[in-house]
Amino acid sequence: MSATGIGAPVRRKEDFRFITGKGNYTDDINRPGQAHAFFLRSPHAHATIKAIDTKAAAKMPGVVAIFTGEDIAADKVGGLICGWMIHNKDGSPMAAGAHPALAQGKVRYVGDHVAVVIADTLAQARDAAEKITVSYDVLPAVVDMNAALKKGTVQIHEAAPGNRVYDWHLGDKAAADAAFKTAKHVVKLDLANNRLIPNAMEPRAAVGEYDAGNDALTLHTTSQNPHVARLVLSAFIGLAPEHKLRVIAPDVGGGFGSKIFIYAEETVCVWAARKVNRPVKWTADRTEAFLADAHGRDHLTHAEMAIDEAGKITGLRVSTKANLGAYLSTFSSSVPTYLYAPLLSGQYDIPAIYCEVEGVYTTTAPVDAYRGAGRPEATFVIERLMEVAARQLGQDPAAFRKKNFVRKFPHQTPVIMCYDAGDYNASLTKAMALADVKGLAKRKRESARNGKLRGLGYSAYIEACGIAPSQAVGSLGAGVGLWESAEVRVNPIGTVEILTGSHSHGQGHETTFAQLVSDRLGIPIDNVSVVHGDTDKVQFGMGTYGSRSGAVGMTAIAKALDKIEAKAKKVAAYVLEASEGDIDFKNGHFSVKGTDKTIDFGSVALQAYIAHKFTGAQLEPGLKEGAFYDPTNFTFPAGVHICEVEIDPDTGVTRVDRWTAVDDFGNVINPMIVEGQVHGGIAQGVGQALCEGAVYDSSGQLLTASYMDYQMPRADDLPSFTVDTTVTPCPSNPLGIKGCGEAGAIAAPPAVINAITDALGHEDIAMPASAQAVWRAVRKMKMAAE
Amino acid sequence: MYAFKYHRPASLRKAVSLVTKNEDAKLLAGGHTLLPTMKNRLASPGHIVDLNGLSELAGITKKGRNIIIGAMTRHADVASNADVVAALPGLATLAGNIGDPHVRHRGTIGGSVANNDPAADYPAACLALGATIITNKRRIPADEFFAGLFTTALEDGEVITKISFPTGGKFAYAKFPNPASRYAMVGVAVSKRGKDVRVAVTGAGEEGVFRWDAAEQALGARFGAKALDGMVHPAEGLNGDIHASAEYRGHLVGVMARRAVAAALGK
Repeated sequence: MSATGIGAPVRRKEDFRFITGKGNYTDDINRPGQAHAFFLRSPHAHATIKAIDTKAAAKMPGVVAIFTGEDIAADKVGGLICGWMIHNKDGSPMAAGAHPALAQGKVRYVGDHVAVVIADTLAQARDAAEKITVSYDVLPAVVDMNAALKKGTVQIHEAAPGNRVYDWHLGDKAAADAAFKTAKHVVKLDLANNRLIPNAMEPRAAVGEYDAGNDALTLHTTSQNPHVARLVLSAFIGLAPEHKLRVIAPDVGGGFGSKIFIYAEETVCVWAARKVNRPVKWTADRTEAFLADAHGRDHLTHAEMAIDEAGKITGLRVSTKANLGAYLSTFSSSVPTYLYAPLLSGQYDIPAIYCEVEGVYTTTAPVDAYRGAGRPEATFVIERLMEVAARQLGQDPAAFRKKNFVRKFPHQTPVIMCYDAGDYNASLTKAMALADVKGLAKRKRESARNGKLRGLGYSAYIEACGIAPSQAVGSLGAGVGLWESAEVRVNPIGTVEILTGSHSHGQGHETTFAQLVSDRLGIPIDNVSVVHGDTDKVQFGMGTYGSRSGAVGMTAIAKALDKIEAKAKKVAAYVLEASEGDIDFKNGHFSVKGTDKTIDFGSVALQAYIAHKFTGAQLEPGLKEGAFYDPTNFTFPAGVHICEVEIDPDTGVTRVDRWTAVDDFGNVINPMIVEGQVHGGIAQGVGQALCEGAVYDSSGQLLTASYMDYQMPRADDLPSFTVDTTVTPCPSNPLGIKGCGEAGAIAAPPAVINAITDALGHEDIAMPASAQAVWRAVRKMKMAAE
Repeated sequence: MYAFKYHRPASLRKAVSLVTKNEDAKLLAGGHTLLPTMKNRLASPGHIVDLNGLSELAGITKKGRNIIIGAMTRHADVASNADVVAALPGLATLAGNIGDPHVRHRGTIGGSVANNDPAADYPAACLALGATIITNKRRIPADEFFAGLFTTALEDGEVITKISFPTGGKFAYAKFPNPASRYAMVGVAVSKRGKDVRVAVTGAGEEGVFRWDAAEQALGARFGAKALDGMVHPAEGLNGDIHASAEYRGHLVGVMARRAVAAALGK
């Protein structure tokens, strides 16, 4: 392994500009003559719009234009789509209400976009917006899912009777029911997966521009997938044909899923730019981000596990209500279905599984993928069940898990996923050693002496990422394929540009992708640059989410590199006057077998472009190759996280005392970046378990709409982590990469909750386990003991 | 944007004259309450009178058995002042735990006390230590100063110039921060000087900072954490919100009071 090749902890190239303030984020972009957009948002969770009076507002200084849903409709601008069709149990399609870019006739959540004011300055736009009068007929808010589904509750969308979007299922109900009939032991659990608000450091922003001379639109936007945005804006929203619409996602400050989706604001900005013939710029403020970024999670689940007399799990039944919010966001329907249920087997050999999921409309912000997207929800269900089951059976939670691990691979689960390779025992054993589980009893006694309660919790997680085989997801309802593209462009003097369909918004691709190329071609890493995020520059790509850029994005590059190597060998053969079969390529040099005739990669590149050593009939000049790679399977990172907490029973404050993570990500390109991903994922997972939670009141007002009330995890909430890995290379891609971006967020929440319930004596506790909640549980425990 | 006139007077007299003449004038001290409020369009004063140029309002002096802190003294300066650290270490610690470093280098004691936010830390310290709030017109004992949520005894045209804290005795402040904002969800300041025991609670009360009589009596008999064993402040009259119910706050008042007493005793 070289200092800059695969497996090296190379410092990130992109950090220099990020740390010195030289990044180029969407809000940094300013165009001559630009106008600013300010969105007027609904103050009501549910209301019909009787009238919007913009006359006074239009007269305010600096106002260029004011648009409402009527203008959007008049221009026949299509609605924001949901790109994954989910079918009901009876085979009928899901009930999807329309999602217009500006409200038409009705508003359905606090923050819903009602009008846009475009003015010379943002301050002028805000002042004018205050003069818009909207007369609403307020309707009852519908915040609770159970209330939403109840007969007689007001309907949020006409298209979805009973506020139910779908009633879906997966698995074998008969087999599961049979397992429960003969079970020796049945464990039941009711769980909630709390609603989260993503909070990327950079808020969403957009700059729309219209080039009248070419009748072409350009949109700079904070997107994780600019080509997908262009496809949707063109084909479904109908703003322009693709070749007349350029979408650029420049530096993007974090996404975590929230920037996958195609939103109203960016749509309106680029549409409005053509209407007013001026660039139109918008940046969310933090309150808007809280109100209108897609939220995450929000499930209510009843789960049951059947266990036989030998302590083996024989069946699993799961019934979930998933809150989809007021409108279906781009991927929303898939997250609680195909990204969730297929992971319910966890690391365990469970012969029968049945899962049903109701997708529910409520008058709250739309809910969609957020780091982990479905897999944290599944892992929480299975790992909490494992913990509760072990306790009820009087077994050690590690031993109970071990007994039920999948041991033979490939392993076909009853819920679509076929696990390709893994060694779950190895992760568990290593994690237990690193976490010093043996010393727990002593540490518990010490804590008790100090008046504290100590607990330890396991989370043996598996997830499916590297999304995804296109035909497979198509058969499940996805509207697009999930392959990835790459083009390797070698320049005449031997530097290389990688044009990747992946997008980097914190993942460090400019470094890791360059490491791959540097390693393969034997050229210095500084000679490789990575181009992404611009639909004019880069061929169609699907973008970055679902921990796919390593497994899928880099494999596309590897495939392109295979072609580069093959072509370069041909050129080298002409240059070295040998036959192609006698050319070896090693350490950046082409040589003739059995001789000392050799030429370096850079010189071969030059020869490819000068084209003096061969004719056009013999070989095409140039050295540029592309590949589209469609994975043959999901990848299955897995591992064990162990969390140890200490609780102050006086206040209920939970301190995370130590954290051990042993993950199997297959082969790793940059261990430093991987460790960073694990750290960030753990922080977000601890955030979910202990700190975060979006709260709507009964009238649909978001009570947690700023950092005064929404508790983000902070550095002093977390200990230093012990992070290690085991490696079973992924068999389904040539690089052996499984992916690592979401694992920490998937693994962490049950580890924390299991640790707290261990400390409290196995009482259940909901997330976030706030100090108040834990204090109440302690008190309940104490009263029960008396 | 709402228009306002910005003034930066060179003397306290001029500042007082400006707020007296203009009914909708607001004084600007550290700005960490006023400016965010204006940015959120929840306030739009017609005049801002900036006190930051007035050197006569800054500075900390030790005068006999009192420490006198100028109204425009920043929290960070209170926290690091040698006299404060020596004579009132609990006050230095309190100031050092307000907000974050950015807030501590702008926020002022005068601004905090004049604002009387129900979750602010200083009002508890002033009440517990029996401080005197000195204005351009008179000297107001702390017991008479704090009058309810965001309400004080200050009259129109009255500006805090300094706050005098008696020294000697024991003092400490224990704070349970709101997990999100890190304001005091419950903050208890405890002071004992001779026979005079005071317990002041911030963050918890529906009407802002208050003195806890039952605790003062218990501690008056015996000044030790054990004297408050099992004591819980009744939920009635306490705040409840998504972070903490009134009942939980009442429990925390007891916990923080015990911790403040222990800290005051150097334990």
